[in-house]
Amino acid sequence: MSEQLFKVTIDNITIEVPPGTTILNAARKIGGDVAPPAMCYYSKLEGSGGKCRTCLVEVSKGSEKDPRPMPKLVASCRTTVMDGMEVKNITSERVVDARAGVVEFLLLNHPLDCPICDQAGECHLQDLSYEHGKEATRYEFQRRTFTKHDLGPYIQLHMTRCILCYRCVFTADQLTKKREHGVLDRGDHSEIATLIEKSLDNDFIGNVIDVCPVGALTDKTFRFKNRVWFLKAMDAHRDCPTCSGKVTLWNRGDEVYRVTARKDQWGEVEDWICNTCRFEKKKTSDWVIEGPRLINRHSVISQGHYAGSVGTVKPTETFKAVNDGRQPRLLMDIHDISEVNQPGTFLSEIERPAHSTDFNSKKA
Amino acid sequence: MSKKLLLEKAHVEGIRYYDVYRREGGYRSVEKALKTMGPEAIVEEVKKSGLRGRGGAGFPAGMKWSFIAKPEGVPRHLVCNADESEPGTFKDRYLMEFIPHLLIEGLIVSSFALGSNDTYIYIRGEYAWIVDILEQAIEEAKQNGFLGKNILGTGFDCNIHVQRGAGAYICGEETALIESLEGKRGNPRIKPPFPAVQGLWMRPTVVNNVETLAAVVPIINIGGEEYAKIGVGRSTGTKLISACGNINKPGVYEIDMTISVEEFIYSDEYCGGIPNGKKLKACIPGGSSVPILPANLLLKTAKGETRYMNYESLGDGGFATGTMMGSGGFIVLDEDQCVVRHTLSLARFYRHESCGQCSPCREGTGWMEKILKNIEYGHGKLSDIDLLWDIQRKIEGNTICPLGDAAAWPVAAAIRHFRDEFEWHVLHPEEAQKRNYGLAHYADPIHVPVTA
Repeated sequence: MSEQLFKVTIDNITIEVPPGTTILNAARKIGGDVAPPAMCYYSKLEGSGGKCRTCLVEVSKGSEKDPRPMPKLVASCRTTVMDGMEVKNITSERVVDARAGVVEFLLLNHPLDCPICDQAGECHLQDLSYEHGKEATRYEFQRRTFTKHDLGPYIQLHMTRCILCYRCVFTADQLTKKREHGVLDRGDHSEIATLIEKSLDNDFIGNVIDVCPVGALTDKTFRFKNRVWFLKAMDAHRDCPTCSGKVTLWNRGDEVYRVTARKDQWGEVEDWICNTCRFEKKKTSDWVIEGPRLINRHSVISQGHYAGSVGTVKPTETFKAVNDGRQPRLLMDIHDISEVNQPGTFLSEIERPAHSTDFNSKKA
Repeated sequence: MSKKLLLEKAHVEGIRYYDVYRREGGYRSVEKALKTMGPEAIVEEVKKSGLRGRGGAGFPAGMKWSFIAKPEGVPRHLVCNADESEPGTFKDRYLMEFIPHLLIEGLIVSSFALGSNDTYIYIRGEYAWIVDILEQAIEEAKQNGFLGKNILGTGFDCNIHVQRGAGAYICGEETALIESLEGKRGNPRIKPPFPAVQGLWMRPTVVNNVETLAAVVPIINIGGEEYAKIGVGRSTGTKLISACGNINKPGVYEIDMTISVEEFIYSDEYCGGIPNGKKLKACIPGGSSVPILPANLLLKTAKGETRYMNYESLGDGGFATGTMMGSGGFIVLDEDQCVVRHTLSLARFYRHESCGQCSPCREGTGWMEKILKNIEYGHGKLSDIDLLWDIQRKIEGNTICPLGDAAAWPVAAAIRHFRDEFEWHVLHPEEAQKRNYGLAHYADPIHVPVTA
């Protein structure tokens, strides 16, 4: 017997998903700008999500049975869909406003040191602030500082950059079966730390680097050795007795600068890798190279691929140009920015590309 | 004079001890409930009474009880929230300290109604001496057959455990309380699932405030319908109010929610007026997290009607011209008090007590405190007031638990009603430093026009 599916409409696009799916995962199935950003949610980590509040969305219709809208914005990563639910993400002014607020809050105590931060080019907060933030901060106070903690030979902790997403804590708890570190103190003084200057030395602890969305936890064996956009990402594997051995090598020429786990399109690790693979196998001969890793064209990492010997060449944004300079993502809510369209017309219900006749106001 | 249900016997000498309490009619409700009523009948009776949770949110207690899941073979729990940490609120402390058996009695009846064989009192760590009082009362109740195995021969087993918190305000939030009770960091959980489905140790759990559970005793004794006749509208029964600030008689009062705010402040039976003949400037009627109201809107609603001490009347007009009953922490400010300093004090508290889990609360509360500090100490700008307004707006409703709202509302209400006091601070920093506010005009409810 086939499982009953729930119909959910997100930013006017309807999709059917199994019961128990979260709004975020339903939106990810649609993809693009409809998928809310997530700084703390990590599908591979149990219990993650709900903390950073970047994925807040507006539920404008609860379900077919109870069509009342939800009074508050909800965390899409922790709210499951109901049949007939209607959700607004980037088409909701409330969401856009709240998300801009969250970005501002996250950046209050996060130093804007991208030029020297080792995470630059791979930082989710950088992307988030570019997509949803404001151009200037209103914060005029000194940013908070912390006493430095030494986490051992592999992992560098920069607490000033931490956004308290708890991903590394969940990783250490769930992956290593050993409580390695946690959050000390509370409020804006909270910090990630081991209790008494303990090293993080478990076999799989290197994965905390991969799950960190900002530059708070970085790889000591790679720091400042190169910039990610100068490196070539290659899929590779080796016969590892501890983990799957499937990794991404970050090469410059034949030299392996860094080894990371492979990440999916949402920036989440596909297979956890062990410390040996990550920190100790830095020779090309240690690996069987599978081929170049596909990097998103819009990623900073791919910038170098468009570049000549000097500078970069920006691809022509045709869509934006033909749309009078409007951002393509606003097309998701066409009827809000154009008077000719009908609010009752759902793009997802049209079985072919939308045509002007679909939005003809004289049509019934 | 208001009818007394909870504190009726509080003045009796030795009421803290079982013998005196029993002699004064204590534990009658346990006998009645366990011997003549079933769990469903008790829940029905509480529903009929219209009792609303006395911890602050005011959610109907009977309805909350009826939500509890009853999966086969899974234990259920009742947890008494005695983590009374809101500034200005100290009513539960009085009840537990002076008449602890009332709470124990209410807990036994409620545990029976909810099917909880292990019930917990999560008490604020600073109430160290009350822990001893409660444990003694539990021991006395056990020795007299009201706790332990086979209570009164009915086959119902119940144990009450007292657990001290470590002094975190956030642990008064029900899910953070549950986390703390489980021995973890007291961070609020994301709902759903609600505790009624997955609470303590993932079992169905009901968390109720001390006063709510104590109120179950008179409800069973006199019946839900009789209880509902006391009070007015959906504000049934009696309510404990902890009054403090600039009043002649600070203390804990039991009111039946039909008296006016004016009567409560000025009558000798309650607060006894403002000391030294000063004028009333403002009041926070429901604990520090609820919006402050200036005198003119406190005594009369925006429509010019008398404001009463009950949920509906205090909330009349929404947050624009009203406030909340909250937990009943009634804080009075006379004409000499500075709203800016007062708001800074509250902002400091909420910044300190934020658990740090979610970004708007963690970062926003600290930011608000810093701006308020600048304004208070004469370094503020006029644009800071709008910035404060915007920050609180971005915190409210966007956090995991209500602490974000609790931090935002006092700031919002202070700016809404006392904006020119903030501006005066910015424009007259030196005078503000000297604490010469010159803002007594707020204190005259007669001459200040109501602005709805």
